[in-house]
Amino acid sequence: METFIVGVLLSFLVIIAIGIIVLRDLLAAVILLGVYSLIAAGAFVVMDAVDVAFTEAAVGAGISTILYLGALRFTTDRQKPRGHDSLPALLFVVLTGALLIYGTLDMPHYGSATSPAQTHEQVAVRFLEVSGDEVGPPNIVTSVLASYRGYDTLGETVVVFAAGIAVMSLLGLRRRRPQQDISDDERAES
Amino acid sequence: MMQSITGLYNYWAVIILMMAGLYILIARYNLIKKMIGLGVFQTSIFFLYITLGKVSGGTAPILTDTVPAGQLAAATGATAPEVVYSNPLPHVLILTAIVVGVATSAVALALAIRIYEAYGTIEDDEIRHIDLGDIDS
Repeated sequence: METFIVGVLLSFLVIIAIGIIVLRDLLAAVILLGVYSLIAAGAFVVMDAVDVAFTEAAVGAGISTILYLGALRFTTDRQKPRGHDSLPALLFVVLTGALLIYGTLDMPHYGSATSPAQTHEQVAVRFLEVSGDEVGPPNIVTSVLASYRGYDTLGETVVVFAAGIAVMSLLGLRRRRPQQDISDDERAES
Repeated sequence: MMQSITGLYNYWAVIILMMAGLYILIARYNLIKKMIGLGVFQTSIFFLYITLGKVSGGTAPILTDTVPAGQLAAATGATAPEVVYSNPLPHVLILTAIVVGVATSAVALALAIRIYEAYGTIEDDEIRHIDLGDIDS
């Protein structure tokens, strides 16, 4: 049943992705990306990744949609129409996808308990067995995030800090200026 | 045969999503549209990792004291209370990846805004033409 639910949600995601490819209106595409993130978050709950689900719902569907909307506000929400779709790109994508699907034939099946990721003693099994005593919190994801992989999380914070600095230095702190809107209108008229 | 279709369906759907994102990235000229494609690609990778961490019959990796009667850990490396947990490690990696992904896309969108200010367009090919001086802006 779980597998079925995840399968249906994944099919929704595929439909949404096709919608994003086809749509020319960037605003609609951004909203579809938010829907895509939210449905992915729902599927993550079914697949037992509750922490990932609420991070994806808050950060992926929430904050990043707001960032995109802000960027559209300062640029334009129209994608210029092109007559044709790129055939080489389509061929490349189909070929790569076929190779990747060929590569999945050896992969452990969904939910397999005997796959290497599940049985390696030094990693997942050890976290499950001893993190309650060694670290404390009942939520194992918290233990791994803050303790066993603490440097990873520190690095993440550094990346977020650097990104904040980069955005500030690119855009500056002061905003923003009526003549942009006028030139927008002129461009729309011409 | 049927079993391997249901067992591998997730991977295939993830690959289709990845390729949809990659196609947007290659074939669309609008910079923000490219970012959206990258977002589709990124979320599909999250899906791949969470798929790898799922154990069927498992529960979220939060320690419980109670032992559900019918749910004995036959397969995963036996924890003391007989509950099957899904693998927490992919969850941790993806938590980091989500936050880093939003940070990088914020930088990319800021760049798109700056490009729009400087060139008056966010279409890739038009920017290149302006750079090469083919058309006067």
